[in-house]
Amino acid sequence: MIWLLSGIVLTSFAGVPGLFCNRESLRGERLACILTLTGAVCGLIAVALVLNSGGETYLDLPWSIPGGTLALRLDPLAAVFMLPLFLVVATGSVYGLRYWPQRENPGNGRKLRLFYGLISGAIMLVLTARNGMLFLMAWEVMALSGFFLITTEENKEEARRAGYIYLIATHTGTLALFALFAMLDHTSGSLIFPGAGTLPAAGSGLMFLLGLFGFGMKAGLMPLHIWLPGAHAAAPSHASALLSGVMIKTGIYGLVRFTSFFAEIPAWWGWTLLLLGAISGILGVALAIAQHDIKRLLAYHSVENIGIIALGFGLALLGRSYEQPALMILGLSGCLLHVVNHGLFKSLLFLSAGSVIHAVGTREIDQLGGVLKRQPWTGALFLGAAVAISGLPPFNGFISEWLIYLGALQPLKHPTSALGLAVLTAPALALIGALALACFVKVFGIVFLGEARSKAAVQAHEAPLSMLVPMALLLVACAWIGLLPTTLVPLLRGAVENWAGIDGGTMLGGSFAPLGWVSLIGWLLLALLAAVGLWLSRISRKVPRAIGTWGCGFQFSAPRMQYTASSFADFLVRLFHFGLWSERHGGKVTGLLPGVTRFSSHTPDTVLDRVLFPIFLGAAWLCRLLRACIHNGVIAFYLLYIALTVIVLLALFIL
Amino acid sequence: MMELINPLLLAVILINFYTLGSARLVACIRVVAIQGALLALLPLLSHGMTFHAMLLAAEAFCFKGVVIPWLLLRAIRRVRIRREMEPIVGFVPTLILGVLTTVGAFLFADLLPLAPEHHDGMFVPTALATMFSGFLLLITRRKAITQILGYLMLENGIFIFAVLLSAAMPVMVEAGILLDLLVGVFVMGIVVNQISREFSTINTERLTALKE
Repeated sequence: MIWLLSGIVLTSFAGVPGLFCNRESLRGERLACILTLTGAVCGLIAVALVLNSGGETYLDLPWSIPGGTLALRLDPLAAVFMLPLFLVVATGSVYGLRYWPQRENPGNGRKLRLFYGLISGAIMLVLTARNGMLFLMAWEVMALSGFFLITTEENKEEARRAGYIYLIATHTGTLALFALFAMLDHTSGSLIFPGAGTLPAAGSGLMFLLGLFGFGMKAGLMPLHIWLPGAHAAAPSHASALLSGVMIKTGIYGLVRFTSFFAEIPAWWGWTLLLLGAISGILGVALAIAQHDIKRLLAYHSVENIGIIALGFGLALLGRSYEQPALMILGLSGCLLHVVNHGLFKSLLFLSAGSVIHAVGTREIDQLGGVLKRQPWTGALFLGAAVAISGLPPFNGFISEWLIYLGALQPLKHPTSALGLAVLTAPALALIGALALACFVKVFGIVFLGEARSKAAVQAHEAPLSMLVPMALLLVACAWIGLLPTTLVPLLRGAVENWAGIDGGTMLGGSFAPLGWVSLIGWLLLALLAAVGLWLSRISRKVPRAIGTWGCGFQFSAPRMQYTASSFADFLVRLFHFGLWSERHGGKVTGLLPGVTRFSSHTPDTVLDRVLFPIFLGAAWLCRLLRACIHNGVIAFYLLYIALTVIVLLALFIL
Repeated sequence: MMELINPLLLAVILINFYTLGSARLVACIRVVAIQGALLALLPLLSHGMTFHAMLLAAEAFCFKGVVIPWLLLRAIRRVRIRREMEPIVGFVPTLILGVLTTVGAFLFADLLPLAPEHHDGMFVPTALATMFSGFLLLITRRKAITQILGYLMLENGIFIFAVLLSAAMPVMVEAGILLDLLVGVFVMGIVVNQISREFSTINTERLTALKE
């Protein structure tokens, strides 16, 4: 426990010494980095000890706040969420040394590091807290630190707007959580989290809906994802990596932990999550394809991946409801493994995108191009992460999606029951995977291949070693899970047992989910890839390289003749017009010799810009009207209000 | 002495009606002064000739019966107005409303969970009726002077309540009332002077321009 506590304290306060250092000095940022690294190592030791002993470590201290003791507990379920956190925080903090150096950002560098540390510590506390009050406190610290990370560049209108929307969204979610914990307190009699499978299912429907709203808002499930694209785009890249890779997963953690309390799970919980997961997955990736801003695009991929995670989790819930242990184990392992995987490859994507942005100075995909020639290492790392997020072997995304596929195909064994409908998860997942692949073909093709589209892109330089090494570490972790998935089986088994409140009997890794074979195939694929790559590079040595990549053999190709981000995605965006409602301006050509014409396409967020903004504008108009009526400045009316209030109070008193 | 209380309270209610129905400011001020003076008798009648009751009576007579009316009359002379013209709600409707609220107060007082010794007297309904009349005056009139009268009547209503409690909570009640009253009058005095200086009228509706 001492390791965990010191980990929390060290990371939380990593940015504090920097506050006392000189604005220009390097000491603060180095100290922060060292403290964060030490904290992450301490946390890692704590997790390793817990996993090694096979049990859990806990802390119970008396506390002056009513409702329970100060309870912390680290079990395998929390550890699953912890592991990517340590890696992402540590790599992000090293990466930040060169990405956001104090010397270049004297105004906001210290603030960034302070809240970067604080949010990491708060997430650790959220994951280990076993007292509702402590959980909410840590949750709030996490939410507020997230706000300050998003508004790091508070001088920019865009960042302020994103931060504001985030703040509204997170507090609306927290409100639901307050209600949830109050009800939980009422049901179980204490604010201490009940053990797995101890609460009766009766009357838990409202609690589930509250939890789904509060935690779903943080996780970014589809209709609740409104804050996510703007926030991830506005934050500095290593902060986006932390927010997208780790912070939003606390929402998933909350849902997983909360559902573990109940002895029986109504079937509609699972169906709801499956439906929401499918919507988030498909619309999330469709929105991602339509984006022109690389970080916004990655943010929409977070929505998509949360959808995949929700699909897995929905299957696990259905497994509980219909008493299908195989379905439950596969669904939950897939869900948890995808949490880890998404944390790793999404952070890597954000970091490598950040490296491109750092070199070129823009997030617009249409301003980039040909970056692979200037930043070969960054490009290779991005490619690896793109393969992983598209769910292709030999990287980790494949393993978790494969587990969810296996789970989705389980209901075929019982085709008569209502559970049969859950098979539809598999085609949804396939659609998501294919679209994600298309999207990353677009990103990699437009950003890294082809010719540079702007002067800045021509002058890009490779990222320094201290940015490349953290990214490489993340890629190694991705490859490890992809190639040696069996190493994670004990962890997942422990987590599933934690969740379902059962002991032993889980068969993950055997004939039931042959991870060994998958690993072997992964290695073979890697060997094949290496062989083909070698062969290609040998024969390509003789080919002249003077012609541009997308030139179609045309010798005098100009950068403007290349596909743009919107033309590449046009076909898919039109297919999904029913959910995207993209705006298209111009592009009409008339006459035999047309003059200069322009075309632009723009895809605002379906929920935020198309639904919520009009509704809120209407509400604001209505309220203004009402205020003009009530607050009309005539003193007699105010006195009338007082008189009416007195009369109403007296009447209430009598009744 | 107790048999004198009910006629006295009846007179208070009649004065309420007169104030609600009259347009003549000077007369209104005088009548409210009389109301205050009558109320000053109330502690003596209900508690007997104790020192505390006499103190309360003297205070009430001085402030409610003499000082504040005198201040108001002086103010009226300075701003040179005599009548309340164009009230927001007419005099007859106000009077009808006043009657309705008084009837309501009597009905309502029966429902209140009061101590048994207060249940039969007219204290509580009169207090409520006077308070509501004060409120009506505040709501329906435009001139700042009439509004001050409304506050005064409101305070008179509270005073009637307070007489019931003065044995239980000796100093608190009257200190509270008198302080309240003084603050109200000072504030309104300043308002009257400032409004008439700024807008050369003391119609409070000009204050509408002050809203955000």
